[in-house]
Amino acid sequence: MNKTLIIIKREYLSRVKKKSFIIMTLLGPLLMASIWVIPLYLANTVEEERIIQVLDETGLFARQFANKENIKFLTISSDLETAKKNLDKDGKFSLLYIPSTELSVPGTAFFYSTNQPSLDVTSYVKDVMRREIESLKLESSGIDPNIVRSIKSTVILNTIKIDESGKEEKSFIEVNMVLGIFSGILIYIFIFLFGSQVLRGVIEEKTNRIIEVIVSSVRPFQLMMGKIVGVALVGLTQFLLWILLTLTIVTFFQLSVLDTTSLPNSQKLITTNDKILNQEQLQEFSNKMAQQDDLNVQIVEAIRSIDYGLMIFSFLFFFIGGYLLYASLFAAVGSAVDSEADTQQFMLPITIPLILAIVISQIIINNPNGAVAFWFSIIPLTSPIIMMVRIPFGVPYWQVFLAAGLLILGFLFTTWLAAKIYRTGILMYGKKVNYKELWKWLRYSR
Amino acid sequence: METLRAENITKQYAGHLALDKVSISVPKGSIFGLLGPNGAGKTSLIRIINQITAPDEGELFFNGNKLTSEHVSKIGYLPEERGLYKKMNVGEQALYLAQLKGLSKADATERLKFWFKKFDIGLWWNKKVEELSKGMQQKVQFIVTVIHQPELLIFDEPFSGFDPINVNLLKEEILKLKEKGNTIIFSTHNMSSVEELCDHIALINKSQKILDGKVSDIKSRFKQNIFELLYSSNASGIGHFLPEKFVLISETEEKHLKKATIRIPENTSPNTLLNFAIQQVEVHGFSEIMPSMNDIFISKVNEFNDSAKKQMP
Repeated sequence: MNKTLIIIKREYLSRVKKKSFIIMTLLGPLLMASIWVIPLYLANTVEEERIIQVLDETGLFARQFANKENIKFLTISSDLETAKKNLDKDGKFSLLYIPSTELSVPGTAFFYSTNQPSLDVTSYVKDVMRREIESLKLESSGIDPNIVRSIKSTVILNTIKIDESGKEEKSFIEVNMVLGIFSGILIYIFIFLFGSQVLRGVIEEKTNRIIEVIVSSVRPFQLMMGKIVGVALVGLTQFLLWILLTLTIVTFFQLSVLDTTSLPNSQKLITTNDKILNQEQLQEFSNKMAQQDDLNVQIVEAIRSIDYGLMIFSFLFFFIGGYLLYASLFAAVGSAVDSEADTQQFMLPITIPLILAIVISQIIINNPNGAVAFWFSIIPLTSPIIMMVRIPFGVPYWQVFLAAGLLILGFLFTTWLAAKIYRTGILMYGKKVNYKELWKWLRYSR
Repeated sequence: METLRAENITKQYAGHLALDKVSISVPKGSIFGLLGPNGAGKTSLIRIINQITAPDEGELFFNGNKLTSEHVSKIGYLPEERGLYKKMNVGEQALYLAQLKGLSKADATERLKFWFKKFDIGLWWNKKVEELSKGMQQKVQFIVTVIHQPELLIFDEPFSGFDPINVNLLKEEILKLKEKGNTIIFSTHNMSSVEELCDHIALINKSQKILDGKVSDIKSRFKQNIFELLYSSNASGIGHFLPEKFVLISETEEKHLKKATIRIPENTSPNTLLNFAIQQVEVHGFSEIMPSMNDIFISKVNEFNDSAKKQMP
């Protein structure tokens, strides 16, 4: 068997077998799935019925409270003390007390309950009272509340992108921003997480003094590449397991707990519709929707509008490319020091471009096609993060391929550079190394 | 027939010359001692032989052919700075290192089981390295050095960290390897083990080779015609009776016998001294004092350093 393969196998297996890897692999999907599942679960739990007794001394509001699915209103006319005593201990009953005031428009109420009322209930009560007070005030100043209601309006701005072939596509800026920043940060985290695994691995071999045994059998370059590729496979394994497990948990949950018929109308409709809608369809579509469903529609439509093929392909490419570019630098730093505490001075030039990329991505989501965005997404040191931030907004293919090509060149260059430092560094013990020393190592023949 | 020949090896690091035209020749089946003070360039030379680094100038030959990466599997190397992955299983780790030397997994397993049993560490196969004592770790390291049955073995300070019992075990194994026809390069500061094991030596000092050859040849080259005479006599001592040019170096009395060390003039047979002594005193013992490797090492290195100092005013 090829020696590099033997090294890759060891680096991979020794990490995958670690307890920390297994724990991370299991915890990650649980966290991600819970982000999906918990809101769905909460939305679908049927709250038990609540009965609210309304003691309205003003007599203005009592009739305005309409019974809802799980809230029933009951007007009572006893005095406050009796009503409070009658409160049920199990929390099913609560008491809304609106005292009479000297003012023409009352604005205070008390809610008595044995347990904390849900936000649903309190906001509904407040809403009803506010509307009533508003119309009272309007009436007193001689304006017909119906006129006010009729002039209230909502604007839906559909942004539509037209590409060269004249195809129209709805664009969703907020979703693109979130998606871009999310994938950029994910790449940043992965580069650091697995890059420092390479760093630690190299330092471990050096402090263990196993390095000299190994380099008498294989070339230092083979050992370095074996380690870098092995750790990359660990990263990919973890990533794929996360996606798989998250999907499994979410699907399982949806099948077992959620009834598909309970999905909101809009969602059902959208799934039967094509991704690209023409003007008429859009019009018809938005007319069909009840006002409250609008945000849901937008999000679902936005999520469907993204080119997932390009997104996943480029994520994997820029993740691996970015990792490889930086991992060899991490390996070089590891080879130059004797312990992790000494890495600081050399880590700075590696972390600066990465942190810069994250900072700049805030600017880039506001102007994803500007000159800054273009250059930072082309330069190999920042392209893995910045290009991923831009892709959800739509990037011309030639730019993606240019960035990819340059990233490959950049990776070959840093690996060549790192290998020169690495092969000298791994055999140096107990020597404080500075940049001048590294420069000398670069010029050694072998 | 020589297993390894190095010709005019020069290695320059920024700021200092690690090896300056060093040539050595390691005969097949010998134990070759590579000696020299700290920082002389021994480890640099060993790394070049192991192809960990490449020389700037000079050439190496293995069994008469130019040394290439093909020969890696024919060399076994136990470095001075040695260690193992602490968190890894002993068995897995030995298998890994054996496979890196080019053994198949099946072969490696079979041979490892044999050696583990032989060194009495079979029960430790599934243990983590960090659970092993230092001596046991050294045994594992020795095993992975010899597991691929290399023709040439290179041991750099092999005995450091071993207790006396394990040092003996190791010496026996090294001698057994020699009997089987393996060639061994042995780098050490421990001169008594050099006397015990080595057939040939090369002495490196300040990146230059200053002495090499067969141990017996070197010893006779450095002998100073000093003899030890054990005798008894009623007279005061032999010193008064010695002929011209014979120098009495020391004289001591031990119980009934007196012991004198005497240097005889060059090109004089020891028989002359013996004949003379027999006439004067009663001889109980007579032997030549050979210089120890330790003495040769120290005198040769000092001599070299002194002359180097003179050249640089």
